[in-house]
Amino acid sequence: MAETGSNRAPETGAFFQRDRQWHPPALTPSYKSSVLRSPQKALVSFDNTLSESTGPVFGHAMLGELDNDLIHNFARPGESAIGERIIVHGRVLDERGNGVPGVLLELWQANAGGRYRHKREGYLAPLDPNFGGCGRAITGEDGGYALRTIRPGPYPWPNGPNDWRPAHIHFSVFGHGFAQRLITQMYFEGDPLIWRCPIVGGISNKAAIEALIAALDMQSTIPMDALAYKFDIVLRGRRSTLFENRPEGN
Amino acid sequence: MAQSLDRLKESPSQTAGPYVHIGLTPNFCGIGGVYASDLGSSMINDQTKGERIELRIRVLDGTGTPLREALVEIWQADANGFYNSPAEMRGAADPNFPGWGRQPTDTETGVCLFQTIKPGRVPFRDGRLMAPHITLWIAARGINVGLHTRLYFSDEEKANAEDPILARIEHRLRVPTLIAERQRDTYVFDIHLQGEKETVFFDS
Ligand SMILES: [Fe+2]
Repeated sequence: MAETGSNRAPETGAFFQRDRQWHPPALTPSYKSSVLRSPQKALVSFDNTLSESTGPVFGHAMLGELDNDLIHNFARPGESAIGERIIVHGRVLDERGNGVPGVLLELWQANAGGRYRHKREGYLAPLDPNFGGCGRAITGEDGGYALRTIRPGPYPWPNGPNDWRPAHIHFSVFGHGFAQRLITQMYFEGDPLIWRCPIVGGISNKAAIEALIAALDMQSTIPMDALAYKFDIVLRGRRSTLFENRPEGN
Repeated sequence: MAQSLDRLKESPSQTAGPYVHIGLTPNFCGIGGVYASDLGSSMINDQTKGERIELRIRVLDGTGTPLREALVEIWQADANGFYNSPAEMRGAADPNFPGWGRQPTDTETGVCLFQTIKPGRVPFRDGRLMAPHITLWIAARGINVGLHTRLYFSDEEKANAEDPILARIEHRLRVPTLIAERQRDTYVFDIHLQGEKETVFFDS
């Protein structure tokens, strides 16, 4: 058994079934890239085996001091990234509402002008020499995490003739089982571009979209320094194993 | 009205987009100095037990063109069939094998390579052994929800024939889409997102 960094007994049950109606479908034609990249045949369903209910563990020891600080983790000594300084914090919970400790969160984003540091990126907004655009954190015992960054700018992208992404931060999330693996995006409260975005619009349920919109959190701001947004992430919950069927004789 | 079940809904998935490398393999895309190395880029060391193998994986779109900005993650048991995970209750896995790896597809050829070991057999829920396999998870621009599939091995015909997951696949013609072809110590595996050869993807 690998170390969890937690005092809790590890949970081993199968995960709740994923609600595919809540997620965007594979094919969302107004997001053109999905057209040739969406499987067309039915997914083959099966209850989790050990291959899905287990997953890798990432210890706090792997983190560098500035991993969760995108304002400084790429900046020259004494300098910092340009933009609206923000704290992003929240908890990773499972569908039962329990905080999930030891979750690796990896994030990436554009700079304040909406430009990514990537050689395939062609937007005319300039790079910020002090902003790389990646960061990571591991949740604590209660599932909590906190990051410091700048608010990314919206950016135009080649899809429709004039599509703009709302300001967003990409999040990659590792729970305790590989079946919980998730990549999603965080949006910002009040951004009018959210409701015009073909990628967001792939989600049909308004409440599901709202679950990806971080709320401005004035109680967590740092006065004279940074605003704050609260963003909780929910991973699949595990079924109870209390009355699990066992094969005869076991 | 009945009482509330007080359950939350899973956060909806959104595409990883074209710049997934910035977040998940920053050194690969030229963002150096933030992390010492890209997570999951190396899976084995001198002490890892098991047969050394290479996986040569491509992800192809509906026109047969390989994706050149995809990200592939793998999760597998060690040589004895144990997962290096707290949820593995049967015994201790090889401490020199994390079981998890992550690679970007090559920006020119679309090939991604994993240096790993052949996994042992892992029991199914009822105790029968599954055939040796590796779980794959694929993220890329245009993929709204990460895709889950498995890689099985062409030189494990007998084990594959009794594998309970492969047995669930109703259209038997599709089973070979999950079987990587052995060429010396390399297993070649093409994942077809669409079309006649569409790979079997799972919901589990
Ligand atoms: Fe983006």
